[in-house]
Amino acid sequence: MSQGLINMAYIAATILFILALGGLSKQESARRGNVLGMIGMGIALLVTIVGLVTRNFELLIGTMVVGGLIGFTLAKKVEMTQMPELVAILHSLVGLAAMFVGYANFLSHATEYIGIEKTIHDIETYIGILIGALTFSGSVVAYLKLSGKWGGKPLLLPARHWLNLGLLILAVYFGFAFVNEAAVGGGIQPLMLMTFVALLFGIHMVAAIGGADMPVVVSMLNSYSGWAAAALGFMLSNDLLIVIGALVGSSGAILSYIMCRAMNRNFISVIAGGFGTGTSSGGSGITIEGEAIATSAEELAAQLVSAKEVMIIPGYGMAVAQAQHMVSDIAKLLRKKKVNVRFGIHPVAGRMPGHMNVLLAEAKVPYDIVFEMDEINQDFPNIDVSIVIGANDIVNPAAQEVPDSPIAGMPVLEPWNGKTTVVLKRGMATGYAGVENPLFYKENTRMLFGDARESLEAVFRAIGS
Amino acid sequence: MRIGIPKENFKGERRVATTPDAAKELLKLGYEVSIESGAGDAAKFRDSAYENAGVEVTASKQKLFEDSDIILKVREPDSDELQMLREGQVFISFLTPAQNAELLATFAEKNVTALSVESIPRISRAQKMDALSSMANIAGYRAIVEAAQHFGRFFTGQITAAGKIPPAKVLVIGAGVAGLAAIGAAKSMGAIVRAFDTRPEVKEQVESMDADFLMLDFEEEGSGSGGYAKVMSEEFIKAEMALFAEQAEEVDIIITTALIPGKPAPELITEEMVKSMREGSVIVDLAAAMGGNCKLSEPDKVVVKHGVSIIGYTDLPSRLPTQSSQLYATNLRHLLNDMTPEKDGVIQIDFEDEAIRGATVTKDGEITFPPPAPKLSAAPLKKDEPKEDIKTISAEEEKGSSWLSYVLGGAAFLGLGLVAPASFVAHFTVFVLACFVGYMVIWNVTPALHTPLMSVTNAISSIIIIGALLQISAPDPWVMGLSGLAVLITSINIFGGFAVTQRMLDMFKK
Repeated sequence: MSQGLINMAYIAATILFILALGGLSKQESARRGNVLGMIGMGIALLVTIVGLVTRNFELLIGTMVVGGLIGFTLAKKVEMTQMPELVAILHSLVGLAAMFVGYANFLSHATEYIGIEKTIHDIETYIGILIGALTFSGSVVAYLKLSGKWGGKPLLLPARHWLNLGLLILAVYFGFAFVNEAAVGGGIQPLMLMTFVALLFGIHMVAAIGGADMPVVVSMLNSYSGWAAAALGFMLSNDLLIVIGALVGSSGAILSYIMCRAMNRNFISVIAGGFGTGTSSGGSGITIEGEAIATSAEELAAQLVSAKEVMIIPGYGMAVAQAQHMVSDIAKLLRKKKVNVRFGIHPVAGRMPGHMNVLLAEAKVPYDIVFEMDEINQDFPNIDVSIVIGANDIVNPAAQEVPDSPIAGMPVLEPWNGKTTVVLKRGMATGYAGVENPLFYKENTRMLFGDARESLEAVFRAIGS
Repeated sequence: MRIGIPKENFKGERRVATTPDAAKELLKLGYEVSIESGAGDAAKFRDSAYENAGVEVTASKQKLFEDSDIILKVREPDSDELQMLREGQVFISFLTPAQNAELLATFAEKNVTALSVESIPRISRAQKMDALSSMANIAGYRAIVEAAQHFGRFFTGQITAAGKIPPAKVLVIGAGVAGLAAIGAAKSMGAIVRAFDTRPEVKEQVESMDADFLMLDFEEEGSGSGGYAKVMSEEFIKAEMALFAEQAEEVDIIITTALIPGKPAPELITEEMVKSMREGSVIVDLAAAMGGNCKLSEPDKVVVKHGVSIIGYTDLPSRLPTQSSQLYATNLRHLLNDMTPEKDGVIQIDFEDEAIRGATVTKDGEITFPPPAPKLSAAPLKKDEPKEDIKTISAEEEKGSSWLSYVLGGAAFLGLGLVAPASFVAHFTVFVLACFVGYMVIWNVTPALHTPLMSVTNAISSIIIIGALLQISAPDPWVMGLSGLAVLITSINIFGGFAVTQRMLDMFKK
């Protein structure tokens, strides 16, 4: 196959990928977008295999089949509540692959460069491996955290910023050493040392980030996996890799930015780690008057049946309790009874961007009654009953009322403007941010303690009877 | 401190400044509350109901004024009540301060702190105490009820065995709170409703109530400060009058609500227009107290001229006394709530608080009216001012650092351009452009799709497999092995990523 034909096919694949991402931005076109992505990938693979691979087809086909089967099984088996973990572990695979490809390229010496081109090529290799290693170890830690195998609390080593800086300086130092040694044919030693440093850096970076910031981390790692691909593209002089890497990298960066904006947090401070460490002691200084009033499932059911407008605000607690199907059943039952049930989703509810939407979709909640915070916040005065299910910080009025609160300025849903708010919660513990929530003590708030799913089952029975 | 509520003695006034429910809340703020016997009778709140709420009922107005530190009323005080006021008292009611310089002087002289509820600025935060709006809402609703009373036909259209009934056509001039309430009431009775306002921003509100917004072919911004309209230019008024004349021939009912603060009401409906209306039509002039929007309206009267009933009642809120007392009492309670930050029953006049500053017309023997102009128009609803502050600060910081990053970025590009070979520059061009494409494509993604988007970009980033494929044919066993491993794991990613995305997307159903 001629190089021209291959390049044309790559351009076609690139366009398909861009259309895929574009399609994914709207519900109506999302499925078509995904299919376009598959076609693009198919074209890219086919052309490369037919046009550029010359031998070792057995190995190639074997590994692809095995990998594909593993991938399919994972995709079929995963619970929707575990999506964040799956995405994190898939990111780690991209990072690992980037490392392997980088090393392979370093070892192969297939194309020989000289002079400045050699230096640039070495730097590209070095950066590709660096980002790959970082993505790999960071994603693994993110996976461990999301699956609960590693505590949600940020790991705050003393002088952690200095530690980060030290690792960065080391990486740059090894970079120089690598370029110098590679120029005379060596370089494997600094390369491996750097890999070790990058792995450490990835672990430390994600370990220092608190559980509530996980949506940012997940999309940030997504972005890194893209940059890794782009760096390898430079290394291999392959425009397809560069373009796709840049697409994924910038889209992940934008998603991270959107998440940060949803929390009114500075991107840098999220990455630097430690949620609200400087001010969290000041946040406990909120004095809360009044007391939390408990309610019962039967009472909530009676309120729901007599209400006209009901808003359901799910949080991470709904995912933990696997309560999304129960929520969906209650919503359906109420809609049959002519109660206008809607869902209000905070952008950072859950542990990854859009987590709640996926769970509700799984439970067959129609997406046109699921609204974003900005669409729904001004409607709260008309809402008769808001049900908060396992959410805390995203409905905390302290974000607006207490200027020195660690979550001050974070946009929040405002159920307290409605007539009644019922909060489903296990106990009176604080959320990830460790901030007291004055909402629980408001006059028109009732607390329904217990496991969210069991409580909702009781509510469902009471509505039905 | 003790709050006293005297009986309203203005003729025809049926409202009362607090209800038993609102009194309970005042007690919670730490105040004691007394009420003159019979004050709530006209609004259907009995003395016994107040007593049950914990309010002391006093027969003597004199004693009430003596014992109370704060007096709540609906209407401004009459001469007897002015006599009874004593130094240091706080007096809260409607006072029309702009027209009542003499009254303000008396307050100042007696060293009474007076708050005029209609002077509370129309900022979003003060909406809960905006008595003017709550009263206007009632007036608008009642205007339609009064119009229906004098209109000899249905509002709604019907086709019956006895013939066809056309729907009534209602024109509402001025789509403020009263106008919107009138639109809502007329609409729910089945009439065809049109509305006109000089402020273009209310078009959306009118249309949200399912009424037609009448447009002028004329460009002029009519929004004044504080949610009111301002006086318009001559050409504009001409165009406006032509529109009204045209509408008058067509509609059955006209509700006028046009007011400009501190000025007589603009005359919008001329005698000619009234003449052109059909026999039996109705005009309700909500501005009758301020001189009227209709040339022929007379305050507090219903007159029939040229076959058109012209209603000029100025006490529309008082005609729904239970409702209006309830809302007014709640507005006052909110005001007192803000003025009692410690909830210890001690009132504080805090001039730092824009709402309270606006309401206070006399303090410490001095007239403090008019207040400095409010900062915000009511049109763009902005809720939490502190939040805004935080944002602006960070925005400024970002601005500063972004300049720095532009400069650094520019320098880096230059440096790169000096040393890099042409092939690298070509790739780099592609890279930079692709970053922007990614930005453009992703920026407007709906948050609901963030998870599928992430899993699909993850699958796509496995394009790294190309890198592995390019090297898998190498003879070196290390290179081959590493490439094989890379192909294996990226395959997991490609197939798993696309499959799980498809699975998720299949769940999103309308």
